[in-house]
Amino acid sequence: MLIFWIIAGWVGLALLPWYGVEDFLTFSWLAEGWPLDPDLAPAAVLVAKGEKLWLAPLLLALAAPLMVLGRAKSDPVHARILIAAGGFGFAWLVAQGLGIGLRGFTAPWLEALFGPLGERQFGMGYGALLTASAFLFLFTQGIAARGAVGGDVFVAGAIGGVIAVVAIFVFFPIARMLMAAFVSDEGRLSIGVFAAKVTDGRIWGLGCLSGGRCGAAWNSLGLAVLVGVLTTALGLAFALVLTRSGFRHKRSLRALTVLPIITPPFVIGLAIILLFGLSGAVTTGVADILGIRPTRWVYGLPGVLIAQVLAFTPIAFLVLIGVVEGVSPSMEEAAQTLRASRWQTFRTVSLPLMRPGLANAFLLGFIESMADFGNPLVLGGNFDVLSTEIFFAIVGAQYDQSRAAILAMVLLGFTLGAFYLQRFWLGRKSYTTVTGKGDAGVHPAMPKGLAVPVHVVVALWSAFTLVIYGMILYGSVVRLWGVDNSLTLKHYVTAFSLAWGEGGLRWTGSAWDSFWTTMLIASAAAPLTAAIGLITAYLLTRQDFAGKKSFEFGTMLSFAIPGTVIGVAYIMAFNVPPIEITGTGLILVISFIFRNMPVGVRAGIASMSQLDRSLDESSLTLGANSWQTFRAVILPLLRPAILAALVYSFVRAMTAISAVIFLVSARYDMATSYIIGRVENNDYGLAIAYSTALIFVMLAAVGLLQLLVGRTRIGRRTSFGQGH
Amino acid sequence: MTGRLATPVMQTAVLALGTALAGSAAEAAGRLNFYCSAQEEWCQIMARGFEEATGIDVDMTRKSSGETFAQVKAEASNPKGDIWWGGTGDPHLQAAEEDLTEPYISPMRAELHPWAIAQAESAGDRTIGIYSGALGFGYNADLIKADNLPEPKCWEDLTRPEFKGHVQIANPNSSGTAYTTLATMVQLFGEDGGFDYMKRLHANINQYTKSGSAPIKAAGQGETAVGIVFMHDAVAQTVAGFPIVTVAPCEGTGYEIGSMSIIKGARNLDEAKAFYDWALSAEAQNLALEVNAFQVMSNVAAKKSDFAPDLSAIKLIDYDFKKYGSSDERKRLLAKWDNDVSTLPQ
Repeated sequence: MLIFWIIAGWVGLALLPWYGVEDFLTFSWLAEGWPLDPDLAPAAVLVAKGEKLWLAPLLLALAAPLMVLGRAKSDPVHARILIAAGGFGFAWLVAQGLGIGLRGFTAPWLEALFGPLGERQFGMGYGALLTASAFLFLFTQGIAARGAVGGDVFVAGAIGGVIAVVAIFVFFPIARMLMAAFVSDEGRLSIGVFAAKVTDGRIWGLGCLSGGRCGAAWNSLGLAVLVGVLTTALGLAFALVLTRSGFRHKRSLRALTVLPIITPPFVIGLAIILLFGLSGAVTTGVADILGIRPTRWVYGLPGVLIAQVLAFTPIAFLVLIGVVEGVSPSMEEAAQTLRASRWQTFRTVSLPLMRPGLANAFLLGFIESMADFGNPLVLGGNFDVLSTEIFFAIVGAQYDQSRAAILAMVLLGFTLGAFYLQRFWLGRKSYTTVTGKGDAGVHPAMPKGLAVPVHVVVALWSAFTLVIYGMILYGSVVRLWGVDNSLTLKHYVTAFSLAWGEGGLRWTGSAWDSFWTTMLIASAAAPLTAAIGLITAYLLTRQDFAGKKSFEFGTMLSFAIPGTVIGVAYIMAFNVPPIEITGTGLILVISFIFRNMPVGVRAGIASMSQLDRSLDESSLTLGANSWQTFRAVILPLLRPAILAALVYSFVRAMTAISAVIFLVSARYDMATSYIIGRVENNDYGLAIAYSTALIFVMLAAVGLLQLLVGRTRIGRRTSFGQGH
Repeated sequence: MTGRLATPVMQTAVLALGTALAGSAAEAAGRLNFYCSAQEEWCQIMARGFEEATGIDVDMTRKSSGETFAQVKAEASNPKGDIWWGGTGDPHLQAAEEDLTEPYISPMRAELHPWAIAQAESAGDRTIGIYSGALGFGYNADLIKADNLPEPKCWEDLTRPEFKGHVQIANPNSSGTAYTTLATMVQLFGEDGGFDYMKRLHANINQYTKSGSAPIKAAGQGETAVGIVFMHDAVAQTVAGFPIVTVAPCEGTGYEIGSMSIIKGARNLDEAKAFYDWALSAEAQNLALEVNAFQVMSNVAAKKSDFAPDLSAIKLIDYDFKKYGSSDERKRLLAKWDNDVSTLPQ
């Protein structure tokens, strides 16, 4: 373990190119002047040649751990040297990266202190990456050797790793972006500007109470609460029908509930306009029957609410299904044995045990609604919300980054509030229901009084979803949606035509480029997102360490901020050394990982808080270490959460738009930005056809993932015949 | 054993995403990073056309002009783009004002309309006009008939009481198109008269959209009767098959100048200049006709579409781009609109 990281550190320092190299993985740099060419040289070679001498202390820091190799782990010197060497090395690496950039020193005070610097440096590369990892894990091993987190090397390393990546890819860019809130138009730091903008009437106005318009902050808050409540209720209804009723077509119902998250943006909005808009089928039909003039009623709160509930119910459902399945039937059976009625059992046993799921589902719905950008844009009318205001403060005619930063702060404040409220509501109770003990019960059916309304709601909502998707499918095969309804396949041909030519198959359709890029990036991001999300969830539920609460909030942060802010923040932070990754596919993958990680974390936490700690303890008692316990005991029980995280991150990588707008480049164009381009250009048919094709691709992918991950078999009798 | 091996592997995986990789300063010769703010097809055909004409590889990224401006500004300390072509002139002027673009005097200037060169001179040669389009409005003929509304011909018609709830325009805070409308009214009717007009118009507006061309798309779909937009956007709706009639308002109207700028610190400056010169040629500007772009091009010899609004038949005001494109004047007018117009009851 220790040897591994020391060797890795030296490989990074003395063998690999220190700075970024284009096409690193082709290894063509080996033939292009490595190791002496300054652009390709390892750090040790640079220092030996007398260049970039500020890298020299890293050599010393990496030499120190060699001294502890002979010493026992229990020796206090062992821990002390590792902590000092790892901590110093990592800190120095970060400091020199931030301090010295493309034009020498990056801050005036550094130049004043040391005089101007003739040299400059570019973005860090694989050498720096490997060395930084080595320092980080040497440091965490030192901490573990001193006895922190029970001396567990895996846990210490995981905590250190997650903190490091969250700090680099969440805190750093967001802090950079939010700093803009304090910058005046002249580019100076100013509290006055901040104070004036943060109390702006357009944010906090309460005009709607007296017939006027309310500020964007109140609109967003009201909308998010409504969406959170409705999506949680609907998600719960679907989960109950799937687990606690004799409903026959569970499989198709499951597929139906997942449909909206695999739908690219704008498409649902367009379908809703065609149904409920001024010239929409439903609006004109109802107006004809009632003999009144059709109105634009859907624009504003009603339209956004419909679209968001439609879009985010699946997320609530994915979180809740695992929790509802996980509630121990034994407890419910025990309640019934004690003569509780079905309704009493549900109200006093099942429902309280579902609290972590309900709270997490609400939180996700709330945050998603706050950060949603596509639906308010299409259906918002004059109902301003924070996310669109932020977008247009940045790209609109105002070019006001500080206003955007302030709006982002307000939004973040609400999210923070919801987050703490959720914790408060959950309190310190235990929700553990999956224990190592045999639990061969069957979930009782829902009480009658509940079953009827739940089934009605689920039926109505399913029918509505079907109508919307029928419209979308239809829209992809008509010539001009809403005007010329003759059937045609030309949109599919334009997007996805193939030709046999020289050299075999040629992808001639206009959509193929962005399609393959999207597939590649989505499949790279999904497993990484799930892995980081679940490790984080494991640390949060199973380990105790200082600063755990702020750690938890940090992991939720990137989710709470609208994608557009993340997009601009990423450009500002990662376009310049030390980390220079704009224009690459990597920045897209990273932005997806950190935007979608919270779903993995939430799903993982919700499932893990149901698993009895005695499971871990017995594994540890039997001699397994914490990594083995995580892999062999917890992971298999987490299959629903893994599936949720995988599916969600894959799908979001294919359907997300707001951050993507800023991060796509010529070589890495994504499907969604291509679709937006079509919509802007009135090519609704092509946009919808592409979206429809994506929906089928994602359906197939979700099915495949379900097969790969498999289901958790909690030892229970199958219920209602064939089960689910 | 597996546990011991797996730990470092896992930790590497966690951190492999962590620190930086990829992207270096090196770049191949004969390449151009092209930021395009026109519609997708036009951008594509410009990129491919330039590749064919010169053999220089083009990497094209298409974003709206506001998004491109935000990106150029964010990238200022380490520019990734070389040339920025297309999109309304204000963000280009703003970029010039903020020293984000590079001055350049092209040998092609002799072939251009005077308004294109005026645009360049007002920005210290940091940008230049490539096309222009007049402001106007379009209406959905079917809806106008169904609602028994008179066909609107003038700006004043849109403030008549029977149009209440039938007119859509973008929010000038978020859209360059709507800001051009506001500035046009101020120049057409004087500051007091212009704001008075905006107030009367406000009473009839059913929605202030975020994006500039959204009103005419809504009109095409039958979601509003009238949309105030650039006339070429309205014409594009008609050509796409929607029942839209384009109107050049009788009182006269303002216009935009679509612009092009070289990004300051461009890594491929020579290629950017080659593109700049090529994009001003009649041959390059004729490509617009192939992609249904109905703007008037800046090269005098460029061909005109039959559908394109005839600028010579439209009463154009003498739009002061320097004054109304400056950030001070813009902020002042927008603040005044926010306080005096948008807060009024509708």
